[in-house]
Amino acid sequence: MTAEMWATLYVFVLASFIGLGVIRRVSRLLHTPLMSLTNAISAIAVVGAILITGGDYPLHIRILGAVALFASMTNIVSGFLITDRMLKMFKTEEKPRT
Amino acid sequence: MIFGLTQLSYLVASALFIFALHWMNTPTTARKGVYAGVAGTALAVAATWAEPSVGHHLWIIGAIALGFAVGIPLSMVPLTAVPQRTALSHAFGGVAAGLVGTAEFYLRLAENPAYLTPFRMTALIAEIILGYLTFTGSLMATGKLQEVKWVPQRPVTYPGQNVINLGLFVVAIVLASMVVMNPTSPIAFYLFPAIIALALLFGILLIIPIGGADMPTVIAILNSYAGLSAVAMGFVLDSKLLITAGALDGSSGLILAIIMCKAMNRSFTNVLFGAFGQVKQSASTGEEKVYKSETVEGAAQVLEQANLVVIIPGYGMAVAQAQHKVRELYDQLKKRGITVKFAIHPVAGRMPGHMNVLLAEADIPYTDLVEMDEINPDMPQVDVALVVGANDVVNPAARTDKSSPIYGMPIIDADKARSVFAIKRSKNPGFAGIDNELYFADRTWMLFGDAKNVIGELVKQLAGGSGMH
Repeated sequence: MTAEMWATLYVFVLASFIGLGVIRRVSRLLHTPLMSLTNAISAIAVVGAILITGGDYPLHIRILGAVALFASMTNIVSGFLITDRMLKMFKTEEKPRT
Repeated sequence: MIFGLTQLSYLVASALFIFALHWMNTPTTARKGVYAGVAGTALAVAATWAEPSVGHHLWIIGAIALGFAVGIPLSMVPLTAVPQRTALSHAFGGVAAGLVGTAEFYLRLAENPAYLTPFRMTALIAEIILGYLTFTGSLMATGKLQEVKWVPQRPVTYPGQNVINLGLFVVAIVLASMVVMNPTSPIAFYLFPAIIALALLFGILLIIPIGGADMPTVIAILNSYAGLSAVAMGFVLDSKLLITAGALDGSSGLILAIIMCKAMNRSFTNVLFGAFGQVKQSASTGEEKVYKSETVEGAAQVLEQANLVVIIPGYGMAVAQAQHKVRELYDQLKKRGITVKFAIHPVAGRMPGHMNVLLAEADIPYTDLVEMDEINPDMPQVDVALVVGANDVVNPAARTDKSSPIYGMPIIDADKARSVFAIKRSKNPGFAGIDNELYFADRTWMLFGDAKNVIGELVKQLAGGSGMH
């Protein structure tokens, strides 16, 4: 175990604690949008896919990367869009209906 | 310099992600959270794309364009279909992690075997097992929620199921440790696909014994797995951004799963290995009980006299697409000065928070959506409790009947209201296959029919009545 590996473990443990603390305070009303938002955020795995797709690697490796890139990108796009669409619906005041 | 800029972008993106989740603590700031998430993602993608090692830009543009082409329609599904969209997105997240892990393994094996240290190999194996398991598991969950024909809806169980699953898991772990110890051996080259196959199989086997009522918990657990596979990818790539984002996703799934389990008074292991729905015979003994039916006219008259009405929605409301009719009923009652609240059980519906989103879509102010724990003390003061497509979450057997499979589950105390109307599609028991005592109680009247039609009729009655003066 190098120092770098220990550092990544530290990041994991501390980020998990931040996650637990922040998520616990999320309004129960918003648990469905929360799930689609965290899903879009964890699709940041797209950076790994970009590195593999764009690298100077054999074709079959880059195909795997491109499929992963497509899958992550789908999650990013649909995750953020549907979260926003749902959040727009949460209103306090009754507004006149057309 | 370039390295520093990239790392700085990743750091800022990580901070933006934490803010995004922080802003979800109230609906008033929640949309800011989405913008922070988008900004963080865009920044990290741009920084990665700008790296000198990244070429083949047409490939990247093509894959991104395809992602938009599929992602945009997926974001426009009806809100009743949000549970299956969510399950599908966990499948996408899982397969992305699995594929990147697979590519990394064969790439490093060919070019730089020294990179595959035991630490990285352990993370890599965890990444592919979690990733592929989440992929097939989530696809199965999607199929169940979408009610695809060839995916069994009812839990599938067989003798020795848990032993077989556990056995497969042990085999996968043994193979995995062989690969971790010696990734460059010729056997590892072939063991690796075997581990992938086991993970894919394990995902299917894990989900088939799980019933629809347990879906909120299962979706949350799969959410957590998808996050953890991103964490594992972060360990492989030494990316603290991935570790942070994955840990946020993983802990979110974990907390939601714990909330769901508490709301059903069950443990994780019980949900995953308990095969709900097997013990449904207990309640069917005893004398033949009779329902008291009520007409829509009668129910409308009682509703008109009420001061406080509580509507308890369940999955049946989503199935019947009745939320907009419910809103019309809400309007009619409000017009008469009647207080109307919605009592939301945490596991009502097929995913955490499902009912809130459906009711928000129907323009019902979220201030009238009340959680179970908050509304229960007020239930004795409620004039009319109207149950719309909910069943197990209002079943008093959870408090009284020790032999009931749902005994101990916290419920909304609909039976304590002065009168109860329950809308029910048919006289059959609910999803868990349990008879509901509430329907036979002295103060309960049944309204049989499709939830949307029944509420539509109620609205017509109320609207007709108000036209008289």
